This record gives sequence, structure tokens and C-alpha cells, in this order.
Amino acid sequence: MSDVAIRVEGLGKVYRIGAQRVAYGSLRESLTQAIQVPLRNATSLLRGQSRENSEAGQTIWALKDVSFEIKQGEAIGVIGRNGAGKSTLLKILSRITQPTEGYAEIRGRIGSLLEVGTGFHPELTGRENIYLSGAILGMRKSEIQRRFDEIVAFAEIDKFIDTPVKHYSSGMYVRLAFAVAAHLEPEVLMVDEVLAVGDLQFQKKCLGKMQSVSQTGRTVLFVSHNMSAITRLCSTAISLDGGRLLESGPACDVVSHYLASTMGTPGAAIWTDPGSSPGTNEFRLAAVRLVDGAGMAVNVTNIEQPLDLQIDYLVLKPGLRFRCTASFNTGGTCAFSTLEPTEILRQGSGRYRSTVRIPGNLLAEGEYTVGISIFASRAKKMHYCKVDDVVVFQVYDPVSGSSARGDYAEGLSGVTRPLLSWHTEYLR
Amino acid sequence: MNSVQDNPGLPPTAAAVGSSPAKLAVPVTIIRPSRGWASLDLRALWEYRELLYFLIWRDVKVRYKQTVLGAAWAIIQPFFTMVVFSLFFGRLGGIPSDGIPYPIFSYAALVPWTFFANGLTQSSNSLVGSANLITKVYFPRLVVPLSSVLAGVVDFGLSFLVLLAMMAFYGLMPTWAVVWLPFLLLLALVTALGVGLWLSALNVQYRDVRYVVPFLTQFWLFATPIAYPSTLLPQPWRTFYALNPMVGVVEGFRWALLGTGTTSLPLVVMSSLAALVLLVSGAFYFRRMERTFADVV
Repeated sequence: MSDVAIRVEGLGKVYRIGAQRVAYGSLRESLTQAIQVPLRNATSLLRGQSRENSEAGQTIWALKDVSFEIKQGEAIGVIGRNGAGKSTLLKILSRITQPTEGYAEIRGRIGSLLEVGTGFHPELTGRENIYLSGAILGMRKSEIQRRFDEIVAFAEIDKFIDTPVKHYSSGMYVRLAFAVAAHLEPEVLMVDEVLAVGDLQFQKKCLGKMQSVSQTGRTVLFVSHNMSAITRLCSTAISLDGGRLLESGPACDVVSHYLASTMGTPGAAIWTDPGSSPGTNEFRLAAVRLVDGAGMAVNVTNIEQPLDLQIDYLVLKPGLRFRCTASFNTGGTCAFSTLEPTEILRQGSGRYRSTVRIPGNLLAEGEYTVGISIFASRAKKMHYCKVDDVVVFQVYDPVSGSSARGDYAEGLSGVTRPLLSWHTEYLR
Repeated sequence: MNSVQDNPGLPPTAAAVGSSPAKLAVPVTIIRPSRGWASLDLRALWEYRELLYFLIWRDVKVRYKQTVLGAAWAIIQPFFTMVVFSLFFGRLGGIPSDGIPYPIFSYAALVPWTFFANGLTQSSNSLVGSANLITKVYFPRLVVPLSSVLAGVVDFGLSFLVLLAMMAFYGLMPTWAVVWLPFLLLLALVTALGVGLWLSALNVQYRDVRYVVPFLTQFWLFATPIAYPSTLLPQPWRTFYALNPMVGVVEGFRWALLGTGTTSLPLVVMSSLAALVLLVSGAFYFRRMERTFADVV
């Protein structure tokens, strides 16, 4: 039991989402209301109840019956849609708000980071804010003094350290704020989505810092929408939905199930009515699917896993000659395009399937959309169909050691991630 | 809030080394819902004394930033009130002043009064003003109103220097009773904090407080013998009058510095008791309401 850092049992939290407004019928009614309501409020006030409690408003369980355990030194990711209860869980565990029911036990000094720049005062200088923000986050003055130079170096603002932060650029502000927080050294660190700030380079630096924190044996609870960050940083994950614990287990499993559920139809687009599907009188698209080695439609895939992209279509006029092409896009860039090397003759009318295999260790982690285009450009110029973003899928890397990452879990750029061999020799 | 117990015992430096935290006495935090009245948990407050220091320091540093007159405002406020009082109540109204010049009679009262009134106003708004902190990070919430009252001590010091200068100008020598001044200042602080705790906790739920505070301080100003001596009241009533703790503070200040009002002792005792009741009840009410602050503010 002693190696459990966080134990949560049946945690729940009710929020009132406002009482229903009474529709006032007449002036007299509204006047009596105007007198009664403050009176009722005043009596509840004297009884020490909060106003929210005394009114029969609608309630919502932001969190209900959540139980889990985190071992010491483990990094755990918390995922879920907006409103799933992630932030509420974090607020309860970092003691900002109380649970309505349940119990939690946390071993070790707690540091929580729910926002970048908590407690910063615009009128104070960078130096002053480091002390103030550090103290608010729970650091001792001696601790801040000891790490002061490190913080300034990490934030890359040494020239402006004695300038009021209101004159900082937003980037400098965020860097300084994160630098203070990053040097907080609690045994249990809770982080909420703060990495969604700053430029790309700084985000990578932050992720690297988080990684090193979890490697020093601290327990990290990490709430994020960034799935690739979760699979990289966290060994385990829990997923919440509607305030309830949906799943807990190895991060890559939980993330892939979560993504599969949020993406709706798993990695496939199917048109059942040939009359309305993309195409022409001669050609109709029937389905576009991503399938794994076992032929199951997927939309979340391990980086090492090969994938098949299947394009099903109906040829309504025999003897069409065309080629299928597909492009894989991420973050506004095209990672690559692929096409049938020649325009192939589709002799008979009927249903066809063209399949292209995407090898493992090709695409980097992230979310990709697939666009397809089917056309002829040789003997006859004809565009049969073009559909952008027809399927969406996610590539994740659990950093098992055999992917191109090896054992490196920090930020790595590029949209492709080929597994290349390295060779080093001693020359003299 | 009994539910949240922080068991300190881990020296901060040991945590920072981070070698093997398991071997040290690890603080255990228990989180569970609490009901009813909560203990004051002064130990947690002590744990966070450095935060208290930094918040006071922030308030002091920021208060007069981007003002032309800067810290002079700490003096201008009571000084010009004294000028106005001297003109209208002293000169035109002919209000008695226990045999001392009216300007110093009223200024000696206005110095602790200004400290009290500012502390009350600042602490009443402190929780709502710190909403961004309260919803984002944990610390004993008592630190917030406490720091905003304590930050006023610096302003008090500045206006007190002017009081000393005025005493020199009028050739008044303080008596040995001046040693009671720190206690009287503490009494003003306790009163301001006591009311501040009540109002800041109420303000989280009911923003009406924002409109009540200016009215309250104005009313309280006239319910306190600042523009007039408490000797205007006949005796049995005067002691009850001291249920207003600021009566004890103000009369105490005059007694300690200017040697007026020999009957001040029962007055001060009465005021101290009233202030203590305010503080203790305020602190418990605050702790009781504390658990909903982050959800409601």
C-alpha cells in the first residue's frame, strides 16, 4: 500500500446549474418576491448554508463514483471530452474545491498547475513575479532563491528580468510563468492542459521538462487533449465520460479507445445509396476504409503497424480506365500522396476494391486525414471523384523502444518517421 | 474544513533534493467532504506564512504604482480629513476636544481609523479580487483577507510619522502609556480582520457586500468618537458604547499619546472583548464558507 501515491475512492461532485427563474405574474407578485427572496436568502445565510444549496436548482454530477489508484512515480494521463469531469477531478485532488462525496488520499507534497501564470501581477517585475508566483504555487523562499538562475535561464528572459511583466510580450510572459511552475518540485504534480500555450519550440521544451519530471520518480497527473503527449508521457491513463470513469489502463489502449469513440465511425466512410455518393453517371464511390492487418476498420494505430487503405467503388459503364490516388494530410500539410502507377482498365461493370498498403514506421504521431481523388488524364481526361478528409485516423507511439523513437520520448518534429538504421564507428 | 489535513513534516529542502522521498516522513493529504463547522487549522496558516509575507509585500508594492503622489496618499487621506473636521466640527461646530487642540485631537483618531477603514474595505473585497487565485491553486484562504489588512500597516506607519510631527508642533509629549500603542494597533487590526472575514466570505456569495461596505464605513465613522470625544456620553452608556471596538482603539490612542480620558481602561477591555468575538466568529464563519469559495466566486 505504501507505494500508492494517489488513492481515489468513489469521488463525486455536484454542481448546481442555477435555479429556475420564477416568472413574475404581476407587480404585486414581483414585489412580494422581491421581499421574500432576500429574506429567504438571509435566513439560509444565517444557517450558514450557501445560497446554491437552499434553492431547488438543477444539479449536475460533474464527477460521480470515480475510483482509481496511482502508484508512486507513475505518470497518469486523464482524458475525456470537454465537460467529462477532468478539471473537476484535478480541482478536487489539488484541494481547490471539495468533493461532495468520496475520499481521496495523496501521499507527498502536492503541486498543481491549472493555469500558466497563476498569481502573476502585471505591475511587478519578472524578478518579483518569480518570487510571488513561486510562493503561491507552494515554493519556499529559500527554494526559489536557490533555483532563481535556473528559472531565468529556462524562461530565456534574462535581459528583461527587471521589467514589469505588463511590458512583456505574451510569449515572454508564458515562458516565465511556465519556468516558475516547471521548477516546482513536489512529489505529486498535477498539470492541466498548460502545454497548449507558447510557440511550438517552447511547447517541446515544456514536454521535455514534464518528461524529466516523471523520470525522477515523481507522480504526475496530466490532463490533456493532446493524445500524442499523453501516450508519450504517461504509462497509464484514465478516461472520463460524463463525470464517470470510463476506462483505466495502459495509456495507449485507453487513448485508442477514446479516440475510436470520439471519431464516430471507425476509420471508414461508407455510402449505401449509389445515387447520392460521390461520382458520375459512370462511376460511384462506395466506401473508403482504413483496416489493420486483421481486416478490422481502425482509426487509431500504433506507429509500427501497417495499414491498408481500401477504396470501394462501382463502375457503371464497362471499360473505364482511370487511377486512384490518395493523399495523407496533417496539420495543413500533405505528408505524402500515393497513386496507382498506371491507369488501369476496369473491364467489367460492378464493384471494385483498390487497396494500398501504408507500411508501419512511415507516418509520425498525430492526426491524419485522407483525401482521395480518382481520375483519368491520358487517353481521356475525366475526374470521377474527389473527396477531401474522407477518413481521419490517429497514429500514436507508445515508445516501446522498437519504433523510430527508440527510447527518446520527447518532442520530435516531422510528419514522417521512417525507421532508419544508424551506424557509428570509432575512427581513431 | 477538517477534511483537508496537511501533515507537514517534510522539510522543504528534502523535497527539493528529490532523491528518495519514500524514505522521508511523507505528508499525507486526506480529501473528503466536510459538514458543519470546521476547525481553524492555524497550523496550515503557519505553514503558509511565506505566502502571507509575499502577498503583503505584493499589496504594498503595487498599491501606489502608477500614481503621481505615490505613498503620499497614505498621509493625504487622514490629513485632509483632519483639516476638514477641524474646520467644520472644531471651528464652526465648536465641538469639545478634551482640552487639546482640535486638529491633533481628531488626527490622533483618524490615523488608526484610516488603517481600520482601509483594512476593512480591502479585506472585504480581497476574496473576490483574488478569484483567479482561489479557483486555480490551493492555500489556506484565510491568508487572503489577512494579508490585505496587514498590508495597511505600512500606510499606518507613514501617517503615524505625521502624527508624531504634529505632536512635536503642538509641544505634546507622549506619556509612558505609549507602550500600549502596539496593543491598540493590534486591536484595530483584529477588528478590521474580524469584520473583513465576515464580509469577504459573504461577498463571495452576495455581491451586495460591495455596496454595503462604503455605507458601513461611513456609518461606523460617525459611531466612533473621531470628530467628537466619547466624554459627550454619560457614563453607563460610554462603556456600552465601547462595544464598538473602534471606540476603544480611538480613545486608547488619545489616552496613550495625548494623555486624555482617564477612564479608558474599562473602555479598552470592553472593546477588546467585542473585537475578539468579531474575530473568532468571523474566522469560524469564514472557514465554514471556505469550502464553497472556489465553486461560487
